[in-house]
Amino acid sequence: MNSLTFNGHGVWAIYKFEMARALRTVWQSIVTPVITTALYFVVFGSAIGSRMTEIDGVPYGAFIVPGLIMLSLFTQSIFNASFGIYFPKFTGTIYELLSAPVSPLEIVIAYVGAAATKSAVLGLIILATAALFVPLRILHPIEMLAFLILISTTFSLFGFIIGIWADGFEQLQMIPMLVVTPLTFLGGSFYSIDMLPPVWRTITLFNPVVYLISGFRWTFYGSGDVGIGVSLAATLGFLFVCLAVVSWIFRTGYRLKN
Amino acid sequence: MAPVIEITGLTKTYKSGLQALKPIDLTIGKGEIFALLGPNGAGKTTLISITCGIVTPTAGTVTADGHDIQKDYRAARSKIGLVPQELTTDAFETVLATVSFSRGLFGRAPNPAFIEQLLRDLSLWDKRNDKLRTLSGGMKRRVMIAKALSHEPDILFLDEPTAGVDVELRRDMWNLVRGLRDKGVTIILTTHYIEEAEEMADRVGVILKGELILVEQTATLMKKLGKKTLTLNLQEPLAAVPPELAEWSPTLKAEGNELEYVFDSNLEKTGVPSLLRRLSDLGIAFKDLHTSQSSLEDIFVSLVHKDRAGDRTGAAA
Ligand SMILES: Nc1ncnc2c1ncn2[C@@H]1O[C@H](COP(=O)(O)OP(=O)(O)O)[C@@H](O)[C@H]1O
Ligand SMILES: [Mg+2]
Repeated sequence: MNSLTFNGHGVWAIYKFEMARALRTVWQSIVTPVITTALYFVVFGSAIGSRMTEIDGVPYGAFIVPGLIMLSLFTQSIFNASFGIYFPKFTGTIYELLSAPVSPLEIVIAYVGAAATKSAVLGLIILATAALFVPLRILHPIEMLAFLILISTTFSLFGFIIGIWADGFEQLQMIPMLVVTPLTFLGGSFYSIDMLPPVWRTITLFNPVVYLISGFRWTFYGSGDVGIGVSLAATLGFLFVCLAVVSWIFRTGYRLKN
Repeated sequence: MAPVIEITGLTKTYKSGLQALKPIDLTIGKGEIFALLGPNGAGKTTLISITCGIVTPTAGTVTADGHDIQKDYRAARSKIGLVPQELTTDAFETVLATVSFSRGLFGRAPNPAFIEQLLRDLSLWDKRNDKLRTLSGGMKRRVMIAKALSHEPDILFLDEPTAGVDVELRRDMWNLVRGLRDKGVTIILTTHYIEEAEEMADRVGVILKGELILVEQTATLMKKLGKKTLTLNLQEPLAAVPPELAEWSPTLKAEGNELEYVFDSNLEKTGVPSLLRRLSDLGIAFKDLHTSQSSLEDIFVSLVHKDRAGDRTGAAA
């Protein structure tokens, strides 16, 4: 009876635990990002956007929606997943996870799955919030959902890695604050990179976030800064890098076991 | 007795370079209560942590119920329950939620009736909806025991289960341990109280500085540990031990103000009455006297010496 091949009960237990944690802190998990996003719409969409021209035939307020959702997906996925695995390390309750008959893959599925679920749901809530402020149009809804899930999963995986690597709460904040947020702002969340001078445009193309935002915008308006194929390849590339790092962490026990 | 835990050539050197375990070989039988006895820093927690999968061994193998803890970790770990030394709980979870979580984590389907009985046995049922952070230390320890038992393990590790625990919990815990043993559960506990090992364990392993220096049936060990010291506070200091006392080989302490005699309290003839008679014959008066059990540390040291001496006769050192 005990010859487990996949510990489904274990994965479900962790997933439920993580989701329950989000519901307990619903204010922090959902309300805060929604309010922040609403503020962006008021400032950029209404106040500034009313003086901006359309970009690629899309009103400015609507143009920034995909970028804003991405910004939330990035930061929330990283925050949820890194906190989820860092906190048991911090309190010591990780002993139970390490002593349980769960495989590394199952641990990743449970933690990353829960974090990705949370940010995907949040992304949809932000989308609904946005619809209250600006007229929205989604040309490729299926692709939009797929992209939303893919990005949530990839950045949750990235967050999981940060959570394992982090030794303190400052480190937990460091990468999102110092790397992800700047790259997102500079990655075409609020403008089309075609609006930049040629030199900056070239430099910006080294920012991986450009490809993610562009791809997501494509699912809304059918056009982006780069082709959808390139966007998809960049996203999958990042996903595989994260997967490789995670599997290395578990092979070596890096920062999890003495 | 069929072996349930088999440890072979197990060593652990931490990244700091500290060797916490010298090669350890140990077999524990099914249904046994085994006590690992040793002072702080001896390596008890390290040994348990390796067996439970929390620490990676440097060399050697461990099997649980025939399953290698590394190659076949799923099968091995699903047999094992662990109550760690430190009290670590999820502050915001409720008692019922955290215990049910543990059962799921260990791959078991939910069984509310079993969990209810477990919580009742541990006097936790009334607190089932309480958040863990509102519980006292003793109650948290009960929760950790419930978590460890939630998946009905065949092997239970209790790492210093009675450190800082009140009398009531200690009694409940021992009742629980006996009940589990009756169901055939193997129990390995660590302690630095000899009395505790004596009271509970079938067999005792003494560990010191990462070395398992002896493994004995509890009764046999207690005989070895039965040494006591008689201390006499003399009226007048002595310059030397009088030759008339040679057969007791006592020693002088505190600049000749105290006379110490070490005896075996398990023996029929401890030599105490005859020593006192001889002293009065010699006119050596004392103000006060007391006997004491040698400290655990002293006993360990003397055990190690005895052991080493035994080794030397067998092998060229
Ligand atoms: N994570 C660790 N890193 C380095 N040294 C450790 C670690 N954990 C324990 N030790 C050392 O290993 C030795 C054995 O510790 P431990 O197994 O906790 O002993 P016990 O449980 O018998 O008190 C001690 O000297 C302790 O300082
Ligand atoms: Mg210990």
